[in-house]
Amino acid sequence: MQDPIAHSDSTIGQVEVKETTCYMCACRCGIRVHMRDGEIRYIDGNPRHPLNKGVICAKGSSGIMKQYSPGRLTKPLRRKAGAERGAAEFEAISWDEALKMLEERLGRLRAEDPKKLALFTGRDQMQALTGLFARQFGTPNYAAHGGFCSVNMAAGLIYTIGGSFWEFGGPDLERSKLFVMIGTAEDHHSNPLKIAISELKRRGGRFVSINPIRTGYSAIADEWVPIKPGTDGALLLAISHEILKQGLFDRDFLIRYTNAAELVIDDPSRPDHGLFYRAEMHVEEGCFDPENKLWWDRNIDGPISTHTPGADPRLMGSYRLDAEGGIPVKPAFQLLKERLEDCTPEWAADTTGIPAATIRRLAYEMGVTARDQKIELPIPWTDCWDNEHPSVIGNPVSFHAMRGMAAHSNGFQTIRALGVLMTLLGTIDRPGGFRHKAPFPRPIPPCAKPPHGPEAVQPNTPLDGMPLGWPAKPEDLFVDPEGEAVRIDKAFSWEYPLAVHGLMHNVITNAWRGDPYPIDTLFLFMANMAWNSSMNTSEVRKMLVDKDAQGHYKIPFLVVCDTFASETVAFADLVLPDTSYLERHDALSMLDRPISEYDGPVDAVRIPVLPPKADCRPFQDVLIELASRLRLPAFVDGAGRRKFRDYADFIVNYETSPGSGIGFLAGWRGKDGDKVLKGEPNPKQWEMYAKNGCVFHHELPPSYQYMRNWNKGYLHWARAHGMIRYAEPITIHLYSEVLQKFRLAAQGKWPGRRPPERLRQRVDTYFDPLPFYYRTLEDQLVDTTRYPLNALTQRPMAMYHSWDGQNAWLRQIHSHNYLFVNPLIGRKHGFADGDWIWVESAVGKVRCMCRFSEAVEPGTVWTWNAIGKANGAWGLGSKADESRKGFLLNHLISEELPPCEAGPHLSNSDPVTGQAAWFDVRVRVYKAGPDEPRLTSPQFDPMPLLPGQEPRRGKWQAYVAGVFGKK
Amino acid sequence: MHPAFSVIFLTTLLGAGQGLFLAIYTGQLYALARFLPRQDDQFYAVGSLVALVLLVVGLGASFFHLGRPERAWRAAAMWRTSWLSREVIILPILMALVLAYGIAHWMEWTQPWFPIGEALDVDATLILGLLGTIAAFALFVSTAMIYASVKFLEEWHSPFTVANFTLLGLASGFMLAAAYSAYIGNPLVPFFGTWAVFWTLAALISRAAHLMRNARLQHKSSAQTAIGIRHTAVVQQAQGATGGSFNTREFFHGRNEATVRFARNLFLTLVFPVPIMLIVAAYLIASPTLPILAFAIQYLGLLAERWYFFAEAKHPQNLYYQRVA
Amino acid sequence: MTQLALVIDLNVCVGCHACVTSCKEWNTSGWAGPMVDENPYDASPTGTFFNRVQTFEVGTFPNTETVHFPKSCLHCEEPPCVPVCPTGASHKRPDNGIVLVDYDKCIGCKYCAWACPYGARELDEQQKVMKKCTLCIDRITDATLSDRDRQPACVLACPTSARLYGDVHDPDSEVSVAIRERGGYQLMPEWGTKPANHYLPRQKIRMHISADELTRVDNPLRKEDLTTYTGEETLDDLAW
Repeated sequence: MQDPIAHSDSTIGQVEVKETTCYMCACRCGIRVHMRDGEIRYIDGNPRHPLNKGVICAKGSSGIMKQYSPGRLTKPLRRKAGAERGAAEFEAISWDEALKMLEERLGRLRAEDPKKLALFTGRDQMQALTGLFARQFGTPNYAAHGGFCSVNMAAGLIYTIGGSFWEFGGPDLERSKLFVMIGTAEDHHSNPLKIAISELKRRGGRFVSINPIRTGYSAIADEWVPIKPGTDGALLLAISHEILKQGLFDRDFLIRYTNAAELVIDDPSRPDHGLFYRAEMHVEEGCFDPENKLWWDRNIDGPISTHTPGADPRLMGSYRLDAEGGIPVKPAFQLLKERLEDCTPEWAADTTGIPAATIRRLAYEMGVTARDQKIELPIPWTDCWDNEHPSVIGNPVSFHAMRGMAAHSNGFQTIRALGVLMTLLGTIDRPGGFRHKAPFPRPIPPCAKPPHGPEAVQPNTPLDGMPLGWPAKPEDLFVDPEGEAVRIDKAFSWEYPLAVHGLMHNVITNAWRGDPYPIDTLFLFMANMAWNSSMNTSEVRKMLVDKDAQGHYKIPFLVVCDTFASETVAFADLVLPDTSYLERHDALSMLDRPISEYDGPVDAVRIPVLPPKADCRPFQDVLIELASRLRLPAFVDGAGRRKFRDYADFIVNYETSPGSGIGFLAGWRGKDGDKVLKGEPNPKQWEMYAKNGCVFHHELPPSYQYMRNWNKGYLHWARAHGMIRYAEPITIHLYSEVLQKFRLAAQGKWPGRRPPERLRQRVDTYFDPLPFYYRTLEDQLVDTTRYPLNALTQRPMAMYHSWDGQNAWLRQIHSHNYLFVNPLIGRKHGFADGDWIWVESAVGKVRCMCRFSEAVEPGTVWTWNAIGKANGAWGLGSKADESRKGFLLNHLISEELPPCEAGPHLSNSDPVTGQAAWFDVRVRVYKAGPDEPRLTSPQFDPMPLLPGQEPRRGKWQAYVAGVFGKK
Repeated sequence: MHPAFSVIFLTTLLGAGQGLFLAIYTGQLYALARFLPRQDDQFYAVGSLVALVLLVVGLGASFFHLGRPERAWRAAAMWRTSWLSREVIILPILMALVLAYGIAHWMEWTQPWFPIGEALDVDATLILGLLGTIAAFALFVSTAMIYASVKFLEEWHSPFTVANFTLLGLASGFMLAAAYSAYIGNPLVPFFGTWAVFWTLAALISRAAHLMRNARLQHKSSAQTAIGIRHTAVVQQAQGATGGSFNTREFFHGRNEATVRFARNLFLTLVFPVPIMLIVAAYLIASPTLPILAFAIQYLGLLAERWYFFAEAKHPQNLYYQRVA
Repeated sequence: MTQLALVIDLNVCVGCHACVTSCKEWNTSGWAGPMVDENPYDASPTGTFFNRVQTFEVGTFPNTETVHFPKSCLHCEEPPCVPVCPTGASHKRPDNGIVLVDYDKCIGCKYCAWACPYGARELDEQQKVMKKCTLCIDRITDATLSDRDRQPACVLACPTSARLYGDVHDPDSEVSVAIRERGGYQLMPEWGTKPANHYLPRQKIRMHISADELTRVDNPLRKEDLTTYTGEETLDDLAW
């Protein structure tokens, strides 16, 4: 054998390194693809990329096996004439035929009623384009998977502090001294969070994880605090209670930067009860919070305009304004104090399962760290009220939270409680605390609004409004005159008023039922709605094939675009083969969900390193082709001629409006590439990205990097560069007047729109302007003595985002899954580690194997998400572990609540945001019978190989730089 | 450990072959000393041919154990450190000696070369037999030491392993010699039978002692030393692969405890009491078939013994491969 | 003499398996490849890996520690797998202490695997030779790579930098310092194999707040020391 020291890749073949951006999950690290003789030899992290700094994860390292997976689709497919939908009997057709079919069908829908098209996409991160297409087409029925994923996290914090976690902001672990992670396991925000947590630990920072389960990041926490699922709100309120009681809050921060000291009208008899008292002054209309509110000054013992120099407002107490014969008012903080009065640690201990002493200690740790370990950076900055600050102060307590808090029907208020706690500690956009990422902070709520009524949808006309937006008052809802939904998913209706990411999880059920109306074409991109991207999967699969009395499918036409033969592909009438991430152009755009760092905006691109496989075509190219054929205004010139050759061309040349200077990419704009964020299109933009590792990183000057909600310099810079419309301070909504407006409408006090009768109670209850804890809706409506356990799912890090059952390397790590239970549960129900058991919820049951674990709270059972696959999907053999031993918990989770006063078919979602409440599910477990097959249940008919799919691989394979076989 | 049938056959066939050769040669020595009637050369020639066949078949079985049998010749390289290498060197030497011994008898090259004292005429067969005996014992030691020298396999890492391999090889070889004698109807059956019973009893003592030792064995390694965390409760949850790996295939027998116990009881019955009783019965009723049956049963028992030998051994690497999730 | 090795920091390993697959993708196309996958898309997929991440639970609920535990060849200073090898295929390099297998000499007898208490060697089920971690010897000695890239693939990949790489015989190397200062330990020291790879234990950071630290003179509640007088009788009205 050759001496390894004499061995060098460079002598074996033609070596070439191409940079692009990973897409093995939604994290989007920079990667280097090392090619040998034109084939992929090795993919590693790009050391000059700001996001991952050269590291890479298990998935990123397995990109090769995704590229060469036999699960790939390679040809457009049409359901065979006469074949039943779901049987996966297809014939290959040409792209010309496929596009013609779509052009005709969509053209007809657009001319008749554009909302007959519903376009829903998975975790695509090209919402800037897909959203533009939907809007231009004229349909409001568009969303990505956010409603199914973590919209509570986005909405709960954006409606409170003007930013949120992951793409929008995160914990500054470089400077944090205490880091508290709640409801996050192994995923969001993958590599950067791993890097940051390890740095925090190396620097001696303390890391506390609050989670029912101890895996992943929690494993290396200094302390694990097990909590009952869905009770985080109670914990956070009890911690806040202690913070207030001990006086551990940051008074100065609350006064200057939040609405804590602002006076709220406190007279239930008044129609403006619960709104801020606003002094009469000239206020320009706009989407910002005008500063016409009052403080109660302790020096003059009377009202005074907020931020009056020298004023020292009261945070507590109740007062009376002289106007209108005396208006009782209280500072918002006083209302919060009253809300927290009964939220003692003892109260929370029962609910959360965490001892009161632990809750108290956590509160003290947070409060004392924030107060006594202050960081002062010698960075001068100026606030919006022209106060010069010689330094930036940080209270080094930080938090990270994700789906564990979000995916509950009480998630929005729970996350509001987290925002309030972070605010009490004074940690917003400060060193060591929470930090924003561009384009955040944005106004509370941001300016984009959904359309306001059915008239926004007109034939052959773009939608009047954004398909998704941020309602600030009842008038911003998208409802008809009866107050009922206009969107197929009922987002922005009174059922889910702040459904800012839509409700993808109810689209199929609603379309099947024809409620609020039937649609014609359901167009799914990279959304596995017949499997892990739906709740109640078994029933959803039936709906997809259900027919009306005339024998027509209730959802007449289903188009699926995907890279792989997913479970959903089997149900398509038309299948469009997408490329892999190594075969296409992409923009991780500031218009969508960029990858900004705390120190400034970052966006990135993908540049193909390989040609598309067979007939695969990038979905974006297909959309632009369709948009051009349909002559959607943004895609054609005045004469109706096509404007963009393909997506690469579109990315460079598209401007949000003529001459706006804002396009899909923020870097190297302007004719010579010397402008950032805003500037005319640059024909050489692709080359400049390619030269710079496919990433654009604009580092802000230090004085613009902190306190951005109130940082005058930053806000003006952001406005000048087209990131926000107003350079006004973004005051933190400790008290949410926005929610109160909806509540007043429910109480019949709002002068404008009011909810339908059946929803009044619901809106009144859940639109509380102060965070509160309530039992999840499922807990309220399901027999919890019969179903005593909570069932959760997590994504393992090696399968983060669960896209990779088809990956030969990753599936060896997780080819099947177990239900993890505390041994106490097994002993109680008479089964042993490894036994086959049934997990049963109110809507279904699943048979699986169990695994005892001491790292799970005894009231919780859990499993790795979506390891289980349907038989034959994803290019796997019919005996694959994924279908025989793997299982999907989604079968147990209803997409709708049991009928209740608020309606017979409400989504099983947060009543504020429509976030899918899939962590609410209650189950029971029992041992499977001795004669039952050792096979997971339910099982589905095997999905056959599709035309164009690679034949089954042999018994073994060995990969050597693009070649399978022996060396 | 996973009991590989190639190795089970390799060690039992070699043992029986070595034992048979030693039995034949012992018979020759006794005859030389006139304790036994002298047999014609064909008896020794055929006997050693049978021994050679066993050695060859054993060697053949060993090739099934190798991933790359075509390179087996390379295995002689590291005789300074590797018992496996030593076995690989000694086995062909023994085979050559057994062959030469058999040929010498077949060709009746029995003219004395020189006398020692008055009674002992030294001929080629005597020299070859003596060298063969040394080689056979060396082979017992090196075969057994392959296992006994692996200190991580504490069930094996014991002089008992060498004693058992040797004694069980001798027992089965002498048993085969008795069966051979019974088959051709010569009067050596009681001689070989008695020796076979003796070796079987000796093996029983050694093997039983080995079992008792292993039953009391305290393994040096534990989950705690495996991962270096000192706590009373260390439980594996995942081994990083759900579909199995070389580590789960090579080091685990994959059978339940009852099967392992059954194998132990089976070999304790078939290797020791049954053949002894059959030999005694054969002696009493002068049966020509019972010794053959005794060997056949003992050999089957030895297969079970060797299976159990592997199954019983717990490799410390198994501490890393306890559970899948 | 140089002894290259890895030091694994269990204090920060989150069990992400990045080291597992980055190792596989580098080595399958490198000097030590290919690394076969059996049943790649069917039941019980299994293949050759040089590195695995395992998970252990320590203690009982609620005092449970979840420990992620990466394991690869430890490049022992007294490698028991080397002397048992009958062909000399298994060897320890004198120049850097890496234990390697020469695939051209290996006969696939698996004896070295028996002689390794750590289960660090895996037989390639198609090539039928023993394979194991090489510390990416074809990377770390490749002069055409940059200094930064001349490290094992797993080390470069690891998002938490839980894998340190260097010469454990050089007392000033990063790995030696870590072993010395952080209580680096060897696996199964009872066998005297002297693994070159070491593991760094968990370290806990706790916070201590004494009662007198809780309240400070500048407690903001002092600014809100409000009482409300609603007209009820007080001593002030009655006493003289």
